[in-house]
Amino acid sequence: MNTDQSLRLRIEDLFTDYVHTIDDDRLEEWPDYFTDAGRYRIITRENHERGLPAALIYCDGKGMLRDRISAMRKANVFDPQTYCHTGGAVQVVGADDDGIQVRSNFTVIRTLSDGAMSTFACGRYLDRITEEDGALKFAERTVVIDSRRVDTLLVIPL
Amino acid sequence: MSGNQAPEFTWPDDDISRVPYQVYTDADIYAREQAQIFQGPTWNFLCLEAELPNPGDYKTTFVGEASIIVTRDDDGAINGLLNRCAHKGALVCYKPCGNTRHLTCVYHNWSYDLDGNLAAVAFSKGVGGQGGLPDDFETAGHGLQRLRIETYRGLIFGTFSDATPAFADYMGPKLLASIDRVLIKPLKVLGYHSQMLPNNWKLYAENTRDSYHASLLHVFHNTFGIVRPNMRGGVQIADSGWHHRSYAERVPAGDVEIDKEKVRSLKNQYSLEDVSLMEHVEELGDTVTNSIQTVFPSLVIQQILNALAVRQLVPRGPDRSELFWTILGFEDDDDALLELRLKVNNLVGPAGFVSMEDGLAGGLVQRGAVADPAARTVMPMGGPGIEPSVGSRVTEAAVRGFWKGWRECMGI
Repeated sequence: MNTDQSLRLRIEDLFTDYVHTIDDDRLEEWPDYFTDAGRYRIITRENHERGLPAALIYCDGKGMLRDRISAMRKANVFDPQTYCHTGGAVQVVGADDDGIQVRSNFTVIRTLSDGAMSTFACGRYLDRITEEDGALKFAERTVVIDSRRVDTLLVIPL
Repeated sequence: MSGNQAPEFTWPDDDISRVPYQVYTDADIYAREQAQIFQGPTWNFLCLEAELPNPGDYKTTFVGEASIIVTRDDDGAINGLLNRCAHKGALVCYKPCGNTRHLTCVYHNWSYDLDGNLAAVAFSKGVGGQGGLPDDFETAGHGLQRLRIETYRGLIFGTFSDATPAFADYMGPKLLASIDRVLIKPLKVLGYHSQMLPNNWKLYAENTRDSYHASLLHVFHNTFGIVRPNMRGGVQIADSGWHHRSYAERVPAGDVEIDKEKVRSLKNQYSLEDVSLMEHVEELGDTVTNSIQTVFPSLVIQQILNALAVRQLVPRGPDRSELFWTILGFEDDDDALLELRLKVNNLVGPAGFVSMEDGLAGGLVQRGAVADPAARTVMPMGGPGIEPSVGSRVTEAAVRGFWKGWRECMGI
């Protein structure tokens, strides 16, 4: 799709800011990348392609996004770990009254406290992006992970 | 025994509340489990009838490490077949699922019908009168190895052993009734994922039977003050000890004296912004909010509020295992109930608010266990035997029941 280059740059900035926010462990800011009614899902490629709705994480609205982070901070127990996101292949695939549809690829290398590194997840982001108060926000971000298999546990959002 | 072999493992005494760490790390024990547990007198969950609705549908699954094909044949019957070509041993089905008329090994095109009978051998007559099968080769004796199959409430189980009792007798009436309680209607698969666990399969088998850890490791409910005081629960254990069910239920208001002090002590500064994932539609005819049931050795049947799932445990070596989650609803779910199931599902799975730690805990024990294989765990809670528990889940009886089953199968 032919996209205005300045809009394209703004989308790429949004994606860049998003991954740095996660990788820098500024997760309290993560829900603010979404609209108030924003939906966020992590779903396996198998489920996505077969039209099966179950997700590993499903947040419907900012409250659930914030709850994900507060649960991680205050309740859940896990090996200390960090992510490094790499992204690319950004493609604007459509636009209508509901927003701009964008797909892009990502890879996350996870590093554990003992130094073990692994390709924790790769796949694509399927996004619907809208403008709110002059800023681009995710009205919907579906994270489609290529593998059906999660190593040990998934606590930090992708 | 030859001179270089380590002595065969033996359990030091009769005590099932003290487990030698060696059972979690030893490669020989692991190999014996394949034969004596998974291919022994046990019913192993294979998949769901709902995944094979039509003749020709197949799905591959595991019994222990062994790859298994489950098919629905033209008569509508379910077959369980060892996924190993009778010729050279290659996997016949290497795709996870599909629909087919024949099961054909890609290596040399030996082809089997949906019941596992050898139907065709490529170049069986040779070429130009040369080669081919000897005249006395009997195709009848070279089918895929068959498992005995039983289905129950949409679950398909298989066993390699003729000694395995009928499924109903295997479970016993109490724990058969608790399957009846959850799987009340035709099931619908809502999705799949799996979770690699950095631990021996038995540590997860123990974890699911360990109702003692629930509120201690998983502090989500306590942290956010969503523990209700008017809850009661218990642990049911099969007479054999092999299977269990742990449950919690909401007692109708007025039936219990609510301890106001206790309510206050549960309150704290944290709360969830959106509690919709804690909603519960009582669809099973009772007020049970949590029910976790095991079927020895490898199945968990889960009801957590309206999140239904089966979890299949597959060993992947002495120090790794893989847990396959199949998330379920019922065929007749309306949109609202489906949406609720998808939200409540946030509580469980590899990213579940009240279950992600299960991926951590087994790994911690695995890392601790290597220090001294002869040392033993200590599991006295609610002990020393496999007594069921009413009113409390602070017990390790079901874990001890697992070890009773393990020792009986292993002859140890």
